[in-house]
Amino acid sequence: MVTRMINGEQTNTEAAATARNGVGTARTTRRTEDKRDMTVRVSATEVNFHYSDGFHALKNINMPLYDRHVTALIGPSGCGKSTFLRCLNRMNEEVDPGCKLGGKISLDGLNIYDGTVDKPELRKRVGMIFQAPNPFGMSIQDNIAFGPRLHGKYGKSELDALVKRCLEQAALWDEVKDKLKASAFSLSGGQKQRLCIARTLATNPEVILMDEPTSALDPASTQKIEEMMETLKREYTIVIVTHNMYQAERISDFTGFFYKGDLVEFGATAQIFTAPQNKQTNDYIKGKFG
Amino acid sequence: MIPVKTLRSPGTSARQGYESFMFAVMGFGALLVVVPMLYIFGTILYRGLGKVLSPGFLTLPPDGAAGGVAPQIAGTVALMVGTMVLALPLGISAAIYLTEYAGRNAFTRAIRMAIVNLAGVPSIVHGLFGLGLFVYFLGAWMDKASGYASLNPPQVFWGRGTLLWGAATLAVLVLPIVITATEEALKTVPRSFREGAMGLGATKWQTIWKVVLPAALPGILTGTILAIGRAAGETAPIIFTAVVGFKTNHAAIPPLYEPVVALPYHLFYVVTELVEATPALQYGTALTLLLIVFGVNLVAIILRTRLRRARKW
Ligand SMILES: Nc1ncnc2c1ncn2[C@@H]1O[C@H](COP(=O)(O)OP(=O)(O)O)[C@@H](O)[C@H]1O
Ligand SMILES: [Mg+2]
Repeated sequence: MVTRMINGEQTNTEAAATARNGVGTARTTRRTEDKRDMTVRVSATEVNFHYSDGFHALKNINMPLYDRHVTALIGPSGCGKSTFLRCLNRMNEEVDPGCKLGGKISLDGLNIYDGTVDKPELRKRVGMIFQAPNPFGMSIQDNIAFGPRLHGKYGKSELDALVKRCLEQAALWDEVKDKLKASAFSLSGGQKQRLCIARTLATNPEVILMDEPTSALDPASTQKIEEMMETLKREYTIVIVTHNMYQAERISDFTGFFYKGDLVEFGATAQIFTAPQNKQTNDYIKGKFG
Repeated sequence: MIPVKTLRSPGTSARQGYESFMFAVMGFGALLVVVPMLYIFGTILYRGLGKVLSPGFLTLPPDGAAGGVAPQIAGTVALMVGTMVLALPLGISAAIYLTEYAGRNAFTRAIRMAIVNLAGVPSIVHGLFGLGLFVYFLGAWMDKASGYASLNPPQVFWGRGTLLWGAATLAVLVLPIVITATEEALKTVPRSFREGAMGLGATKWQTIWKVVLPAALPGILTGTILAIGRAAGETAPIIFTAVVGFKTNHAAIPPLYEPVVALPYHLFYVVTELVEATPALQYGTALTLLLIVFGVNLVAIILRTRLRRARKW
């Protein structure tokens, strides 16, 4: 297990961290093994969240996120899924500076709301994919290199290798390998979203938060991203918000059902979709409201 | 034939008549805007073009009724460049502070108030302000500090109108426009850009410097260049702070510490002071100034169209 301090210092298992960083081989071997144990990577304990206008958006949320598993968050619009996701990388503070969070969220046992936490460092480790693809107005290559350039010094060949690896991981390499210098705006919507995923992978995150990443995309692009997640989940802890029940069922290992700021039910996806304990969960899954 | 009458009401004719009348009035108003513009530019073009095209006018220094306006062009361009160099960093910094960092409080309200009021200050007041602050205060202090003032006889070096003080005064004049244009440009950068950058672990400053500013830069430049084109034609702000009507030594690039000659004041000079000036010289000078201002505006417009075409977010 990689345990790093969020304030930038690296503690033990430096080697493991380096292996994750590099173009190295540790990653590929891990991919084929797929020995996923049930380590809790992120845990939310009694989280209460208030927006600056006083709105109580999350009520007493308790949820574990398991290492190298996909957790899906479902629920009707406005129930707090995005808010919860943004709590996990402290993005709410940028969206709404006056917001308040009670309770505790920890990453590898470290409280991410501790005063000493360096937020950019946290967000580097907890990456985020947004609903609308948001590449920057620069070349495809520069989009990917953006994060690495912020966080360290890279030689040109190192950066080129990193760009290639991330694009391959995001299943975009073949489509863009001949136009890495073209503007990211020249890509289609689905390609843009995969570029954004590649861009996030380039900062070498451990947790990836995805807020309805495919809701603005066509079915073919959606399928590509779902297939990619199959491989990504062997290395990353993934949280995905989705409105698509089939998607949640197909790709996730755990599912949490939110309703009006409450986490109504959380459990293994198979159980939630076949034998939900709660009537509201059952109704939502069966499409009775939403 | 289908009776047309059935689709009309008793009030139709009156209403249609009223509509046509109102459109005619508004069309006339629009025409009134165009006519003086065409008249002024047409006259100046007609009476000045010969002089502008005559050999040496754009390349030689003035020489009574003969000669040209080359040093005046150089002075005007130097004032514009100096204004840009001073106003851009200051204006951009202020706008970034106001839109990205400062909250809404009494302090920022006061700053905004000051900006709005500064934009309404007449240019002659800017000129007097520049004279007081830059020439008499800052310039005199610099002469004293550098020892020029204590020489025998005392030398005046910075404590007079110079290119630097003229550019500084014009920079103050355009500052409100630069700040406003920058604020507008910053606001058009989508929130998703900022969230994307922060989500990758960029600090607020990195986000602004690497993502927001580059995206806003064409808009900032367009607004600033338009403002500077406007300022290039101003006489009042530079009359006490930078220009002289006549100079004998002309450097190709006017030095910051010397008084300059510039087109707007030269125009004033050839119309009111220079006895031997011919109308052709006066109109030629006016046309040169107009063409420079139009040229600058054209650059801004081209920049804006290219920006609109390139932007796809
Ligand atoms: N910046 C904000 N300020 C105040 N209330 C907000 C803000 N953002 C979201 N909300 C409210 O919080 C609730 C949850 O929103 P959100 O997390 O976006 O829901 P979801 O992603 O599940 O659709 C909604 O009722 C929404 O109106
Ligand atoms: Mg949402």
